[in-house]
Amino acid sequence: MDALLLSRWQFAITTIYHFLFVPLTLGLTIWVALLETCYVRTKRPHWKEPCRQLVKFFGTLFLINFSLGVVTGIVQEFHFGMNWSEYSRFMGDIFGAPLALEALTAFFLESTFLGIWMFGWDKLSPKVHCLCAWLIAIGSNLSAFWILVANSFMQHPVGYVVQNGRAEMNDFLALVTNPYVVGEYSHALFSGITSAGLLVLAVSAWKYVHDEKSRNAFRHTLKAGAIYLAIGVLGVMGSGHMHTQYLAEANPMKLASMEALWEDADPAPFAVMAVIDQNNHKNACEIKIPALFSLMLYNKPEGEVKGINTINAEMTAKYGNGDYRPDVLGMFWSFRIMVACGGAMLLIAFAVAALSHLNRLEQYPCLLKILPLTLPLPFLANTAGWFVAEGGRQPWIVVGLQKTADALSPNLTGLEVFLTMTGFTLLYLLLIIAALYVAIRYIKKTSIPLESHEGRDA
Amino acid sequence: MDYQVIWFILITVLFTGFFFLEGFDYGVGMLAPFVSKREEDRSLILRTIGPVWDGNEVWMITAGGALFAAFPHVYATMFSTFYMALFLMLVALILRGVAFELRTKEKCPCWQKLWDAAIFIGSIVPAFLWGVAVTDLAAGLPIGENMVYQGNFLNLLSPYSICGGMVFVLVFAYHGASFLQLRLADKGLLYRIQDLGKCAGSLAAIAYVLYLILTWQNTDLLARPCAMGLFIATAVFFLLSLFLFMKTPGKYSFVLGSLAIASVTLGFFAGMFPRLMVSSLSPDWSLTITNASSTEYTLSIMTVAAFVLVPVVLVYQIWTYYIFRKRITTSDVSHY
Repeated sequence: MDALLLSRWQFAITTIYHFLFVPLTLGLTIWVALLETCYVRTKRPHWKEPCRQLVKFFGTLFLINFSLGVVTGIVQEFHFGMNWSEYSRFMGDIFGAPLALEALTAFFLESTFLGIWMFGWDKLSPKVHCLCAWLIAIGSNLSAFWILVANSFMQHPVGYVVQNGRAEMNDFLALVTNPYVVGEYSHALFSGITSAGLLVLAVSAWKYVHDEKSRNAFRHTLKAGAIYLAIGVLGVMGSGHMHTQYLAEANPMKLASMEALWEDADPAPFAVMAVIDQNNHKNACEIKIPALFSLMLYNKPEGEVKGINTINAEMTAKYGNGDYRPDVLGMFWSFRIMVACGGAMLLIAFAVAALSHLNRLEQYPCLLKILPLTLPLPFLANTAGWFVAEGGRQPWIVVGLQKTADALSPNLTGLEVFLTMTGFTLLYLLLIIAALYVAIRYIKKTSIPLESHEGRDA
Repeated sequence: MDYQVIWFILITVLFTGFFFLEGFDYGVGMLAPFVSKREEDRSLILRTIGPVWDGNEVWMITAGGALFAAFPHVYATMFSTFYMALFLMLVALILRGVAFELRTKEKCPCWQKLWDAAIFIGSIVPAFLWGVAVTDLAAGLPIGENMVYQGNFLNLLSPYSICGGMVFVLVFAYHGASFLQLRLADKGLLYRIQDLGKCAGSLAAIAYVLYLILTWQNTDLLARPCAMGLFIATAVFFLLSLFLFMKTPGKYSFVLGSLAIASVTLGFFAGMFPRLMVSSLSPDWSLTITNASSTEYTLSIMTVAAFVLVPVVLVYQIWTYYIFRKRITTSDVSHY
């Protein structure tokens, strides 16, 4: 068994799994903090108690999700040393700093205030308690920032010099202000809001349909959730668009493989569908919209986009013989899955927002019944997006500096990695079953009554 | 003082904080099943660390992150060397972390028993493995010229390292009992915990003496007078703490027990200095603060960050303990 291949699988499995929970945490923590602010500030007496219960309701869902995110996150931190020790040696001078800063600024903040928030309902004033919710939100999002600073270095190294057999940091500010971070962080933040928004809609719709007592309370969250989701999806699309334009200069290989564009083109077409022939480095057939790709990149229907084969030849000249093409098939379709899910969620957001604004949700019961089924959409989009980000970096672990194959811990045997990979996968499966079971039972059994006549004017 | 020494000290501080704080968390997790069979009692016991265990665990994560940032070679060698051991530790920590969240969510007794078992495993396994790991670091591991480990999982286990693991488990169990004496109100439970604490503490004292003898034989840590002094101070603190604990457990026995944990950690690092991992193959191949560190530039930035951030963290973590300073009673558990 090949320790390298298995380590890559292990990292992929654990990262993707971890990243199911992370975006939801980012968005849900802000949602809960907003809701609690609403609870603290509201002057309407009949709304006060239901609002508090809603905070606790979504707070509990957040906590279940958060606990899985935290425990799977520890695995990620240990992974770099366990499986990728040569990477840690080569990059440690740069990569360790954001990780340590993440722990110091973010992990302490979120976990400490989470403890206070969970158990401090009757020990703190409502305002201080609400402040704790915001501190958790800040902590979680800071954590995402630092880890994406680290990830951006792998995608687009800046602020370093290679000497003494390793990459050494020479400009911390450049590392933190890496333009790549801007795109990655905003995209991740908005995808978090999107994930949380859709979860809120799915859960609220289910409660609205199946739990008559709670209907009025969840009518409110349906409306607010739709707006939250719309903000998220629009932000995700905007930041994604901006970041893709930036990729043209920062990582043209990733960009070209997202579009399965093998040869240079001016203006470049956008392939809606393509049958990709990776062995011969071309598309067997494709459905193209002329000039659209150039338009998306340069805001005008012209301009050259470099093809995969051209970039591969350039990289061969620069870094020596080798294949520098990522998995184009995976890249092409992951990107499309991500965009399609995003589009579907935007439609959902607009539909629910419009109907609840017009007070006409009741007339479309099937929309409400379908909503819970759309819950996988953001998770599918997040996973696909993560594949585009990380798969597009291959065969590099740090683009241009170190290949993934050179990063492995030399002392590992295939058997060891096989055991741990199987262990993590099975454990994670059991955990997600337990967590989903608990979450679904909790959603079913929790009722939040709100008087209807008072509900309407609230 | 140069940055490498500062970071050696900071790593020492982080590990001291980790062993002190997670020490009682692990201890509470280990003791809970033995104190009582009743679920209400166990909930009460686990509730004492409910608001704080997650923040405490971050001390371990920060210690790992700080090793990565300041001594990347140590991070790389240590984590790849302890590969299988860390896997077991991660499984245990995952079970424990999730268990705290999930155990209260279903009223069914078998569900709660399942997660109580997870918390027990998640507490005893990391405690044991940290003991093994720390002992191995000092005793030396077959680390080659290029800083790569040349042994396998079984090389990590020796009578000495297993004794180290036992010491950690027993000391943490005692520390947990000592902590619970401050946090619970129910007299019956307190007596029961005192009995368990006496038992764990006495065994810990015996194990520690054995451990010192083995350390004398297997390592050069005790050759350094200040390390020797700290290891002896540990014994004094611990015996005083245990003596008080047997009569009237309370603040003083807890503080003295904590001092014992702090001084043994300091003693370990004082004996190791300037090494962080000892190579059993050649003294030149040991990982030290000079051959394993980051550049001065990185260390200087991280130093500023640590000196600004660690005090802030301490302030709000102490505030947490202040908020939850009252002893836990049944009424605290019922509404959650």
